[in-house]
Amino acid sequence: MLTGNKNTSWKFFSWFFALALMLPIVVMLLGSINASSDLFSHLWATVLPEYIRNTVILGLLVALLSFCFGVPAAALISQTNIVMGKQLRWLLMLPLAMPAYLVAYLYTDLFDYAGPVQRLLRAWFDWQSPNDYYFFDIRTIGGAAVVISLVMFPYVYMLTRTAFEQQDRNLLRASRLLGCTERQSFFQMTLPLARPAIAVSLALVTMETLADFATVQYFAVSTLTTAIYDTWLGYSDFAAANALASVLMLFILFIVVAEQRARAGQRHQSSRPNTQHQRKQLSVAQQIIGSIFCWFLVFAGFLLPVILLLVMVIDYADYQQLVALIVTGKNSIEIATYTATIATSIALILALFQRLHQSRLRMFPVQISGFGYAIPGTVLAMAMLATFGPLDHAINDVAKALGFTAPGLILSGTVFAIVFAYIVRFSAIANGTISAGIEQIPKSLDLAPASLGVTTLSAIFRVHLPLLKSSILVAWLLVFVEAMKELPAVLLLRPFNFETLSTQVYQLISDERLEQGALGAILIVLFGLLPIIILNRQKDTP
Amino acid sequence: MNKIWLSPLVLVALLVASLNVAATDEVNVYSYRQPFLVEPLFNEFTKASGIKVNVVFAKKGMAERLTREGEYSPADILLTTDISRLIELKDNGLLQSTQSAELSAAIPAQFKAADNTWYALTTRVRNIYSAKRLGKIDFNYEDLADEKYQGRICTRSGKHPYNVALVASMIAEHGEADTLTWLQKVKANLARKPQGSDRAQVQAIHQNLCDISLGNSYYFGNMLKDEKQKLWAEAVYINFPNQNNRGAHVNISGMAMAKYAPNKANALALMNFLVSAPAQKMYAETNMEYPVRPGVKPSKLVAAWGEFKADSLPLETIAKHRKAALILLDKAKFDL
Repeated sequence: MLTGNKNTSWKFFSWFFALALMLPIVVMLLGSINASSDLFSHLWATVLPEYIRNTVILGLLVALLSFCFGVPAAALISQTNIVMGKQLRWLLMLPLAMPAYLVAYLYTDLFDYAGPVQRLLRAWFDWQSPNDYYFFDIRTIGGAAVVISLVMFPYVYMLTRTAFEQQDRNLLRASRLLGCTERQSFFQMTLPLARPAIAVSLALVTMETLADFATVQYFAVSTLTTAIYDTWLGYSDFAAANALASVLMLFILFIVVAEQRARAGQRHQSSRPNTQHQRKQLSVAQQIIGSIFCWFLVFAGFLLPVILLLVMVIDYADYQQLVALIVTGKNSIEIATYTATIATSIALILALFQRLHQSRLRMFPVQISGFGYAIPGTVLAMAMLATFGPLDHAINDVAKALGFTAPGLILSGTVFAIVFAYIVRFSAIANGTISAGIEQIPKSLDLAPASLGVTTLSAIFRVHLPLLKSSILVAWLLVFVEAMKELPAVLLLRPFNFETLSTQVYQLISDERLEQGALGAILIVLFGLLPIIILNRQKDTP
Repeated sequence: MNKIWLSPLVLVALLVASLNVAATDEVNVYSYRQPFLVEPLFNEFTKASGIKVNVVFAKKGMAERLTREGEYSPADILLTTDISRLIELKDNGLLQSTQSAELSAAIPAQFKAADNTWYALTTRVRNIYSAKRLGKIDFNYEDLADEKYQGRICTRSGKHPYNVALVASMIAEHGEADTLTWLQKVKANLARKPQGSDRAQVQAIHQNLCDISLGNSYYFGNMLKDEKQKLWAEAVYINFPNQNNRGAHVNISGMAMAKYAPNKANALALMNFLVSAPAQKMYAETNMEYPVRPGVKPSKLVAAWGEFKADSLPLETIAKHRKAALILLDKAKFDL
């Protein structure tokens, strides 16, 4: 470490936050101790191997597809002059605003045998039964992987594009001077330099996929999360469910470690990066093909689902629904704002701690605080109750002993539990984004405090934070959008009469009445869009 | 790093803001049932009694939440679908017995717990829907395993509580070994991997993907009320299985009082209201279920499907075989 910061309160807070975020996970692990081995051997002998196989295949497919969607899109936008590149630059972020469970519902409905597309085909060609023609089955692992990738690839796109754009062009020029063709220098220089960003984003995408339940359920694909729900809700064996969730955590741990291995020793910064753009001039045909590729992603991941929703809104929505949604929308925004602000602040503390502090174990707080992303929302919600329930009991017991009226469940029964759960769940996103940003800052700048003769804190404010501005913004935005969309944790932890947009939409979907929930769904998407637009403006006016 | 210091402050502010000052006249409900079903009933109750009803709706984890909350739980009343959930709550010691003249008068003995910890509110049949193109058929659940229906049957996930309860009733009748064989044969007859909801299966019949499906009775009525889904429902007959032997499998929706209910009197008032004739009539009309209170008629539409014989198997027995049913479903790899 170049700097010699040994500030103890900084160290304290880093560990405090990291351990607080770990707490529900520890509770979950402890809860798995009494798991019955009978149930395990039954599951192992029957369905579990297939669940695990599905989980692995789905995770790999989603990673592969997100890579194939996100990285070329990032390269096309940042390195070339494709048609409408300026618009596509931000349009490609829009699928982020779509909740995966919603897109899953819309797409399975659309491409199902009984759905409008196949009905139309049958009517046109006068086919009578499924034996008369071939049509891909949407309710398969492949179908699920495509749809999940369509809404998740923007993570890969955004982080990779940022990495491409922040690269030092002098390096590129050097490679060209040394005789590389444009193609060679892209594949041997530009792409490898973006590896940390690609690795972080693919890890995020895979984690989100593995922890998902609602989406894969629409595709009738059974994964490890299916087993978790079966053991808990079916067999009523909460300990076994915890144990399975812990197994899922191992998968994630593997991904995290693999991702960090992939990044190890991959630091290339220059003290004065020259980020002046020199775009590759494509032929007209190439410009159009590149543009069509990007437009396809925007269409499939955003426009088509939104059009489907709008059609429903036009048919079913009325003024009354809108009024009812105002309170609901306010709840969603409040929770998402708290979550994004706190998660980003914690991520900053932890990431700067890792970079600047002299503590020997400085890398652990960042690492352990990200595990929550791997836990399915409902399991995490249960862990929150298991963590804060006893605390609430202690508070009430003490209050009663002191002669006050018992305050009730002020931790586990309020918005506190929801926000805490969200921070546990989404810290990985904030951490990943901010860490990737910090790695772009040249190490030599860490010497600033010494050379400026100021404290580390003041150097952070003067040097690091301004350089991290866009990473902070991206982190805040990503967490906000995810929190707007989150469903399973809020469903279980919410207080009385408390609805968010996602719980409202879910209730209508679960009764096959998405038509009436379409307006709420559109609002989730719109609020998800707001930060994307703000971010885009920020970028355009440096 | 001023921001860091703000975050705990925000949390504290959140806490304070979320401390609801308890109003005196209210009752708190944890509901597995969807809000649009129960809200009209609650509105009527509030109008009549002046007691405000607070609701949390969730399908997953209510029992666990209740357990964790323990004696400080704000929940008064629990509303569930499916008998197994009521039994689970009872077995975990989360319920208390309640009694009133109204409850005793309204609910027949087979529709409540022997110790009065839970009461059924409505019953629903697990029907077999069949394509009209097949003509009228007298079905038994056992027939779903018949080879002549190969590739013609559709169903939702076998692990759905409604199907698990049906399998449990098969175990009660035939034993585990025969039920497993039955499940394996039914699986072999499926037109597609189990997926979607009960309504989606009827849609698939309408689209000629299959001929037969399993579905709860009230979906038929609700589909007929829906402009788009009416078309699907009109393509099928609703059949009450096993009419010449044990009768059709019936499940319930029900209610119970939480063990630590803080508003006991109000909770009892709500329970009494839910079994009253007007409330039972509302259940029948808004969701097409069969009211449990004798003398309250099902809706006209439901009545038009005809009288039927219900399986007299005690509800507790269904709950007792639930775990065995799940194990068999796994063994048959029914959903895979």
